[in-house]
Amino acid sequence: MATLTAPPRPRTSAALSEPSRRRRSAGQDNAAYVMLIPWVIGMLFTLIPFGVSLYLAFTDYNLLQPAEFVGWDNFVAFVNDPKAMTAAEVTLRYTFIAVPISLVAALGVALLLNRGVRGLKFYRSAFYLPSLIGASVAIVMLWRSIFGFDGIVNGFLARFGIEGPSWTSDPSWALVTLITLSVWGFGAAMVIFLAGLRQIPRMYYEAASVDGATPVRQFVSITLPLLSPVLFFNLVLGLIGSLQTFTQAYVFSGGTGGPADSTLFFNLYLYQQGFQQFDMGYASALAWVMFVVIAIFTAINFLVSTYWVFYND
Amino acid sequence: MTELTAPRTTRSTWRAIAQKLGSDAVYTEELTGTPATRFLRHVVLLGLGLFMMYPLLWMLSASFKPSGDVFSDTGLIPAATDWSNYGTGWNALEHGFQLYLFNSLLLAVANIVGNVFSCSITAYVFARLRFRGRRLMFALTLATMLLPSHVVLIPQYVVFSKLGWINTYLPLIVPAFLATNAFFVFLLVQFMRALPMELQDAAKIDGCGAIRTYWSVIMPLTVPALATVSIFTFIASWNEFFGPLLYLTDQKLFTVPLALRQFIAAEGSSAWGPMFAMSVLSLLPVIGFFFIGQRYLINGIATTGMK
Repeated sequence: MATLTAPPRPRTSAALSEPSRRRRSAGQDNAAYVMLIPWVIGMLFTLIPFGVSLYLAFTDYNLLQPAEFVGWDNFVAFVNDPKAMTAAEVTLRYTFIAVPISLVAALGVALLLNRGVRGLKFYRSAFYLPSLIGASVAIVMLWRSIFGFDGIVNGFLARFGIEGPSWTSDPSWALVTLITLSVWGFGAAMVIFLAGLRQIPRMYYEAASVDGATPVRQFVSITLPLLSPVLFFNLVLGLIGSLQTFTQAYVFSGGTGGPADSTLFFNLYLYQQGFQQFDMGYASALAWVMFVVIAIFTAINFLVSTYWVFYND
Repeated sequence: MTELTAPRTTRSTWRAIAQKLGSDAVYTEELTGTPATRFLRHVVLLGLGLFMMYPLLWMLSASFKPSGDVFSDTGLIPAATDWSNYGTGWNALEHGFQLYLFNSLLLAVANIVGNVFSCSITAYVFARLRFRGRRLMFALTLATMLLPSHVVLIPQYVVFSKLGWINTYLPLIVPAFLATNAFFVFLLVQFMRALPMELQDAAKIDGCGAIRTYWSVIMPLTVPALATVSIFTFIASWNEFFGPLLYLTDQKLFTVPLALRQFIAAEGSSAWGPMFAMSVLSLLPVIGFFFIGQRYLINGIATTGMK
């Protein structure tokens, strides 16, 4: 190496390398843009529909006739639509119950697994697998069956002398069935927690125990702050995913959102309006309501995160 | 001498990184706690694991029970075994189940090919090349991760229907070739950024252009991350319900989830045995892929979750 670059004559080499570097970077620019062509088309196919759906939200549109501008009508209709309000309520209730429980379960099991357990990989697989199949038609149908009136859940409760409700046909219990299904899939968040826990240097705990800190104190003062970015990541993705639940509700209720609209998730209602009633203007308005709500939640999350998320950089 | 040693160094650097990212990271593990607490931990974990697996085991057992026994015979080992559930379920719909399995497989393979190529080439550009607008474009990609898919759904549906693509697989395949999965682009960018820059410089000295460098140098080294992308794509595509529900109405084109859904709608709640039999069949490929590739899955989601 040394022999190659030996006596450098600064001025000449600078004069030589300047234009060549520029030429090279221009060439690289072009190559980059060529390679980005698929991405550009894909991005346009996201951004343009994003704008168009905002426009459609202010129109009356049914796919066959041209869209007709109707101003704020769709949004006024939304506010006065009791079914839409029910759908919003069902979705929010589901999200605010299922996401925290899943996160606590994920963190709890991750902590148990992090303490050096033999057979870690076996346990990790067993807990992770459900999250990959939880939203499949087969599992939702299975859930319907095990929560049926004579299903294994009530059979289990009966052993303790509890007479279980008719989970799937009682409007006040149907959503609980889907919440348990969501919690069953805590494994994805658990794997992320587990990876986060591995990043925390062991010496912090050693130093803390030398100072006489209890395990609880160590959890509060070391684990939680250092894990907070991961917790934040899981929280944001969990909320966004949960608010968009569709398949579970559709399969569970046969597309109706029943019993008595108790599983009428927002996206299911949007589907009914857009693709069964073909009221695509109204469905676009619903989609934009959903988008704004998700944007607000995410923004609040990011704002509040400055108070509790700790970046150890 | 230098010519010989230089590539070897880069190769060993690469290998160290690949080991760190691609393999199950090496944790020096000490077992904490007294034997009693360790035992207790296993009891809790085993109990919880069994509790979570129980519904799956129950379904497997139910798929071998006569339909009438499914809810009365509560044991995991069927009192009476009915092997005919699989045959009945297989032929219960207009077409044999093999057609739906084939359709699902076709879509999964097409999506894997699309995602592997389009996401990796995009990730290569973002991770390894310097050009105007790179930061903005990458930020835009990440932002789409937060975008609810339903907000672009209706205009996209309109476009597909004007193109005459309803009742074809195109709406379910073409987006995969356009690097629309921001999660995979992000995952691959993370992976490629960790590869040593000297690799690229060496390729450049050897006269490789950007495209050649991508294809001959970066792509082969990204195989572990591409495996992650492939397995995730397979599982997502295999389970996908909403897209096929929206775009496919012809039974000949149905995928496994649509067929299962159709089965339930057609047979009502009487044919429990055959329904569970087909449910088991529909889950087997996913579970199989999970056990073959779980190393890649776990490293994949851990990588994106971290930074």
